[in-house]
Formats: sequence, C-alpha cells, structure tokens
Amino acid sequence: MQRVYLDNAATTQVRQEVVEAMIPAFTTYYGNPSSLHAYAREAGKLADEARAKVAAVLNAKPDEIVFTGGGSESDNMILRGAVAANRKKGKHVITTAVEHHAVLYTLKAMEKEGIADVTVLPVDETGLVTAKQVADAIRPDTVLVSVMFANNEVGTIMPIGEIGKVCREKGVWFHTDAVQATGHVPIDVETMDIDFLSMSAHKFHGPKGVGALYMRKGLNIPSLIIGGGQERKRRAGTENVPGIVGMGAALEIAAAHMAENAAKESALRDKLIDGIEKTIPSVKLNGHRTKRLPNNVNFSIRFIEGESILLMLDINGIAASSGSACTSGSLDPSHVLLAMGLTHEVAHGSLRLTLSEFTTDQEIDYVLDVLPKVVQRLRDMSPLYKKGE
Amino acid sequence: MYTEKVMDHFTHPRNVGEIEDASGVGTVGNPKCGDIMQMFLKINDDGVIEDVKFKTFGCGAAVATSSMATELIKGKSVDEALKLTNSAVVEALEGLPPQKIHCSVLAEQAVKAAIDDYYKKKQSQT
Repeated sequence: MQRVYLDNAATTQVRQEVVEAMIPAFTTYYGNPSSLHAYAREAGKLADEARAKVAAVLNAKPDEIVFTGGGSESDNMILRGAVAANRKKGKHVITTAVEHHAVLYTLKAMEKEGIADVTVLPVDETGLVTAKQVADAIRPDTVLVSVMFANNEVGTIMPIGEIGKVCREKGVWFHTDAVQATGHVPIDVETMDIDFLSMSAHKFHGPKGVGALYMRKGLNIPSLIIGGGQERKRRAGTENVPGIVGMGAALEIAAAHMAENAAKESALRDKLIDGIEKTIPSVKLNGHRTKRLPNNVNFSIRFIEGESILLMLDINGIAASSGSACTSGSLDPSHVLLAMGLTHEVAHGSLRLTLSEFTTDQEIDYVLDVLPKVVQRLRDMSPLYKKGE
Repeated sequence: MYTEKVMDHFTHPRNVGEIEDASGVGTVGNPKCGDIMQMFLKINDDGVIEDVKFKTFGCGAAVATSSMATELIKGKSVDEALKLTNSAVVEALEGLPPQKIHCSVLAEQAVKAAIDDYYKKKQSQT
C-alpha cells in the first residue's frame, strides 16, 4: 500500500546527512564538554560549530544561542525568565489566542501562581494579530510580548517585523515562538527586532529532543534548569552534543535550500488546496491564503468529524492531523480554530495536511484521489449531511 | 488505540442509513461536543425491533458504538432493547479507550431515545 506522510508540522523525517553528521558525536567525540581533556574539547568544538551555524541562519551571534531540550523548554524558559528578570518593572505579558500550548499553558500557570498578568490578544478570521493590537495593549508594567512567528495548526505567518518594531520603540522585550517557521521562512533577528526566539530541531529534519533559544546579547534571564554551568550558565545539564550537532547540520541545510524548498512546497500546497476546493463541496480553507507557511494546508470539512477522517486516511496510508476534540484529548476542539471564529461543529471537522521538501507531486495526486471518497463515505453516514450540500 | 472489533465496525458499519416510516427516532449528542447519533427503529405489532438504522457524526468510537448498538438490539423486543447498557456495547467491541467511553453512553441513550419516541407516537395514536 502507498504511504504518504503529511504530518510534517508534528515532526519531520531526519535527513540522512543529519544522521551521518551526528554519528561521530556518539561514537568518537563522546566527551563531556565540561571536562578537562581532549575528548571534552573535541565535543565542545562540535557543539560550538553547530552553535555558529544556528546563529548564522538567524543573523545572530553564536553566544546568543542557548541549546535546550526543545521548543517547549525554550518557551517555558523565556516566559518564566523574562518575568523573573523584570520584577521591578512589572509582570504584564502580552500574547495571542493562537499560541502553542507551551506558551499559553505556561502563562496560565504563571497567572495562577500570581507571578504574571496576561493579556491574550484575539486574532482575526485568518489567525492574524496586528502590530497595532500589540501597541495598544502595552502598559507601563508590560515586561514581555510573546507572539508566534507562524501558527502550527493553520500556518498563518504573523507580522513579526512590525510587532518587533513596536516593542523595540516601547522598550518591551519581544519573544517569538518560531518553532514552525525556523528553517522554512527567512528570519532575521536584527531587522525584525526579535529579542528572544524559540526553535526546535525536529521541525526541520533534525533530531527530536533538542531545540534552542536565541537570546539577544545584554538581555539576561535566569536559567530554567538549575545545576551545572553549561551553556554559559544559562541552561544546566550536560549538552546533548549529538542532538546539537544534528540541529546545526539540519538548519544549515534547510537554510541553504530554503527558497527552492519553499517554492516547491508552496506549489504542491496550492495544488492540494485547489484540488480539495474543486472536488469537495462545503469545505473552508482555514488560515490566510498568502501569509501562510509553504507547507501548511488546513481545511474544515463540514458535516464530518476530524478523527474519523484521520482514521479513514490512515487506512489508506495517509498520515494527517486534525484539530478535533477527539484528537486533542479534551471535549473542546482546537483553541486556534475557535479563536479564529469557527463554530465548535466546524472546528471538529478540521483536517491539517503538512508537506515537506520530500513530498512528491504523485503523493498529492494520491491524496486528491483518496480524500474526496473518504469524505463522501463519512458524509453519507452523517445526520448533519443532506445530499447535494 | 482501538481494538480490531472497533475498527471493523468503523470501517464496515452495520445498519447505516435511515428508515423513512420509522416507529421511533432518537437523536442524542450535540455538534458542539463533536458527536451526534441518530437511531431509527422499525417496531412491529408484537413489539419486536424488526429493523434498525443509524446515522452518526463523530469519531471512530462514535461510529463503532452506534453500529454495535444496532446489532445488539436488532430482532430483540423493545423491553430487551431497553436493557441495553453502555458496558454491554463496550464489551461487545472488546473494549474502548477510557476517553471514548462516553461514545458508548451516547449509543445507549440513542436507543433509549428512539424507544421513547416510539412510545410517545404510540400513545398519541390511541
């Protein structure tokens, strides 16, 4: 049976070159960088080379990169760290309704602990927030603005440069969760006035369990993980050198081919969007048509429920994702779709297909052949569906 | 996540459809929560469920529990059908993940709602 992987926003295939780059860090250069011998120096050198590669892609300096255990840790670290570092100024944090749970739930927990006041900005029907909304929400006691670079569910790309400018003018730290954007769209921490940026290696064909936080020089926040003095005392714990090496290699390759990959993926993305809109009635594209990640397709398919669609696609070898409640483990569907104004019923029937540079034209044809049949089959079973709709 | 039996009933649901001149129709759940089940019963003069059909909007477990419930009550008397419990549906499906147990409850409620409708219709005729 044909298998098609269209869940690249969840995680990606590790590139062969990345695996090969990592192997020496397991087998030959396995020293602990904190030790005082040749093994340590060799491992430390590998990590620093990776650090330089990650920094270069963002137009940052190597010592502004702190490696972490992934995107969620980076988000937790900056949110808690920025508030702790600015206690004298205040505890007000501004974010958006469509952030990843690593941001929203951390802020919710901080509010409960009494250490943060949070303003959650609403988004428009495409998932966008404006720089003006951010400017209007900033108060004298605002210590951090955290707005994601691109949304993980619907792929909407936020006006990060404009928001960065507003924050810089008002003297407020600006963090962006760029987990979905890094390696996929151009990022420049200087021209975009970004102070902190979270990223995760496994979203750009690197290994799982490793990420990084970009921290603008001079802006100091306390470490989230306390212990040894690794990462210039900013993140305790023995460095995951193989993971760090893999992250550096993966990001370097992603950046080198960014334009061609984006062109290829967005062409296939648009073919998939057009195909679905032409062959399946009563569907709605979620997110923004143009301010969109090159690899993201997200539809609401009326009258049916997301988990059923996923099961049927899986039977046909297609791996996808949904914002339905049944896939989220709660009774509520995706907070992102609800924030964009979708009704519960429509949000339950969402389907996310996320491509990668490895996705082929033939695979998209296969999906466009299978999906309409799956949808019709489920609609025929649905009490909400009337023939011809 | 699902047993083979659940997947079998999801991919090959029994008794899907509607009954035009149904003796009783029950609709339970709501689209806000992501599940709606509709159950159609054809009940003869002896009070036996001659035919049953369902339509479901919902997840794999919602479809499978509806399908199994129809199998369990088809050919049974109304009194027997009223004794259908959600745990009997779960057992017949060889288990459900904990977060999907509510689907089996919905299936039980759908059967009861359809029988309730049958009694109401019967009463209004006399």
